[in-house]
Amino acid sequence: MRRFGFRLEPRSDLPKWLPWAVPVGSFFAALLVGAIVLGVTGQNPLSVYARIVDRAFISEGAFSGTLVSATPLLFTGLCAAVAFRIGFFNIGGEGQFVMGAIFGSGIALKLGADAPGVLSVAAMIVFGAIGGGLWALIPGILKARFRTNEIITSLMLNYVAAVIATYLIFDSNSFWRELSGSGAVFPKGKVLPTVAWWPKLDFGSIIVPFGFLLGMVIAGWLYALQRKTRFGFEMRVVGGAPTTARYAGMKPTRVVVAVAALSGALAGIGGATDVGNFRHILDPKGLQQSGFGYAGIVVAALARLNPVAVVFVAILLGGITNAGYALRGPDFPAGLVGVLQGLILFCTLGGEVLARYRITRSARPSGVETTLEPA
Amino acid sequence: MEAATAPAVAAFHVTKKFPGVIANEDVTFDVRVGEVHALLGENGAGKTTLSNILTGLYRPDSGWIEVLGQKAEFHSPRDAIAAGIGMVHQHFRLIPTFSVAENIALGSAHNPVAGRFDMSAIEERIVALSESFDLPVDPRAKIWQLSVGEQQRVEIIKVLYRDARVLIMDEPTAVLTPVESEVLATTLQSMARNGRSVVFISHKLGEVASIADRVTVLRHGRSIETVTENDVTALASLMVGRDVESVKRSTESTTQSLAASTPVVLEIDDLRAVGDRGLTALDGVSLNVRAGEIVGVAGVAGNGQRELVEILAGLRRSVSGSIRVDGESLENGSTRHPIRLGVSYVPQDRMGTGLAPDLTIAENMALKKYRRPPVARPPFIRQSVIDAEARELMERFDVRAPSETTPTRRLSGGNVQKVLLAREMSGDPKVLVIASPTQGLDVGAVATVHQLLLDAAESGVGILLVSEDLDEVLALSHRIAVMYEGRVLDVVERSDADVQRIGLLMGGEMEESA
Repeated sequence: MRRFGFRLEPRSDLPKWLPWAVPVGSFFAALLVGAIVLGVTGQNPLSVYARIVDRAFISEGAFSGTLVSATPLLFTGLCAAVAFRIGFFNIGGEGQFVMGAIFGSGIALKLGADAPGVLSVAAMIVFGAIGGGLWALIPGILKARFRTNEIITSLMLNYVAAVIATYLIFDSNSFWRELSGSGAVFPKGKVLPTVAWWPKLDFGSIIVPFGFLLGMVIAGWLYALQRKTRFGFEMRVVGGAPTTARYAGMKPTRVVVAVAALSGALAGIGGATDVGNFRHILDPKGLQQSGFGYAGIVVAALARLNPVAVVFVAILLGGITNAGYALRGPDFPAGLVGVLQGLILFCTLGGEVLARYRITRSARPSGVETTLEPA
Repeated sequence: MEAATAPAVAAFHVTKKFPGVIANEDVTFDVRVGEVHALLGENGAGKTTLSNILTGLYRPDSGWIEVLGQKAEFHSPRDAIAAGIGMVHQHFRLIPTFSVAENIALGSAHNPVAGRFDMSAIEERIVALSESFDLPVDPRAKIWQLSVGEQQRVEIIKVLYRDARVLIMDEPTAVLTPVESEVLATTLQSMARNGRSVVFISHKLGEVASIADRVTVLRHGRSIETVTENDVTALASLMVGRDVESVKRSTESTTQSLAASTPVVLEIDDLRAVGDRGLTALDGVSLNVRAGEIVGVAGVAGNGQRELVEILAGLRRSVSGSIRVDGESLENGSTRHPIRLGVSYVPQDRMGTGLAPDLTIAENMALKKYRRPPVARPPFIRQSVIDAEARELMERFDVRAPSETTPTRRLSGGNVQKVLLAREMSGDPKVLVIASPTQGLDVGAVATVHQLLLDAAESGVGILLVSEDLDEVLALSHRIAVMYEGRVLDVVERSDADVQRIGLLMGGEMEESA
């Protein structure tokens, strides 16, 4: 371990500015590395970045488009943030999002065109939450009961969810599948009745999807839950010190299961939003291509698992995604957005290590003392 | 056997300091060829540090080691192994999914061709060793299939396989059943007859007296004496050997016996439990604590004290027996019930069990009252109440920290313990269970903690004080219970306490008929 003469030493105390400096610094570090990539491929990094900012936030209608891209990221970001905070590494936001979309679209189709719009939208939120929540309960209960690794189980369930969605549309005559008209030739989902289309609120120059507002409210609610309630207090103790939680009379496994369900429910509402607010159809291919669940992990990490910060990070990354769509063309590298997101996550995680540890020159000669407890 | 030859291994004036602790000071002893030599001492007497120096894990700050009369300098365990010194650790270092032969070959210098394992040759050699030293073991068995005793044999063969002339065994019987221990004793003696030397680390007097040829007693890091003694009483007084009078004088005022009419607040009856390894940890423990009484539990670590306090806190389930708090019976394995019945618990592992290090002092102080008003107003908690109560407790218990929002991981050991005591004493407890209350604290903090405990008892709290520090137990307790191998061997009034006898009991020796 120490052959290189450097060691990582835990910092004893964190300066106040560090929690802010790390994500901001990581973001700019990612831009810097991204600039090198751009430079190597013959682009002018500055002009590319300028165009991204323009098409994400400034030009006409850009911000409205950014909010559309940000909405699913907001939900999957909250999903990851709330779970990671208590040390439950839910990588399954992707699958929970898909299950939310399946459940949400299912109830909207079931209620049909004659139901009141308010009822349809409310039912979609509830059913989306149930779909995602149940899907996340599986790794949650497995971890609590059998100590399975939730990273693996939740990740595997992403594939299962994707296959289920594909099955419903492509491989069966399910309730979700359109069997008349062009659907008889090309497999596709039924279009939701327009009463179940979620509203988009027009604030003059900016159009805000209802789903985004909902996400903002939920983010605020989560913040209050974590900071102001008994359950939030238990979450904090369980996340930082599970043994101590047990000692204090808490039931860590119950907290973990509850938070797993909550986390999945958030992604599930995101899935319902995706169907209700934007696609109006269960679209397995589209869901798979967008990979919102994984991007949500980036969002949560950059927001340092703070639900309120997730809102802003979702807008930031949504902006980059949105600009990526708008600028895609022969003179704009199509993979750049993905590269940038990957670099941001990479730099954030690297920055996190630097925040927690300081790098020192190894003082002691080679030996094995570090592996030993003092006598 | 009187050896004319140089000692197999010897330490001269070895001193080793750690920050704040002198682990070994001027230790001198020698191990002859073909003898079983015991290192006897209480916890913290410096036995483990000394063996780590002999095996090259630590380097002494001063003093030196000689092997067969030659001065030796070990830079790493590899050097020690090359010099023929091997260690059998208390906690085995074996890979469960590997076979016996694979484990033994692992890291050994005996691979005939680099990069190639000749398994059959290795197995042959293992069989030869196991036959000549009477250590039956199947080289092809996987470690996880073996009993603890068999695993220990593998560890011993591993050391012999590397041509060790000297085997150091750290508390080898701690993990064994009585029958396995007897088998081990014969093995060690047969190894000695075969010309190997065994250094046998233990605090069990009977064992030491019956197995060892000579005994070196360590106390407070110093080598007191090397004796050929096999009289346990003499060994006990060498091991404990403290100035009893001074302790008595300092505590006379606080430890008068309580009136027999004082109500019993904690009643433990015939408690049985198993430890983490599935061996019996508590073998029928019965003990009472009265209101306002401090009952000290003395004993060497690993004799069931940890299991006892964990059961009282609900962190571990008992197999049978009952616990009553103020007459009400305690639910088995519930951590919430003891809190509700007024059982406070200050664990030995303060940071890992008692506190959430990343949370603030205020939050940690609220850890056991966050569920009920006034802190809780379901489903909310009131941060202002938490903070206000914390400020008051910090004042009352003299917790020194910048503010109540300081994370507890930034506090010094003494302040950590004060935060814990503040929380555990503030909820109007009936019983306080406290384990190693002053371990690792500086002198000033020790005095503060002791005073807090005495004050709590004064106010009517029944205290169960578990400590390996006999001085502490003697200084604070009204009555002293000695635990050994999961049983309370005896409970004595402080005023009648005979330190030598307590030392004997700690080593598992009941007094001879007298």
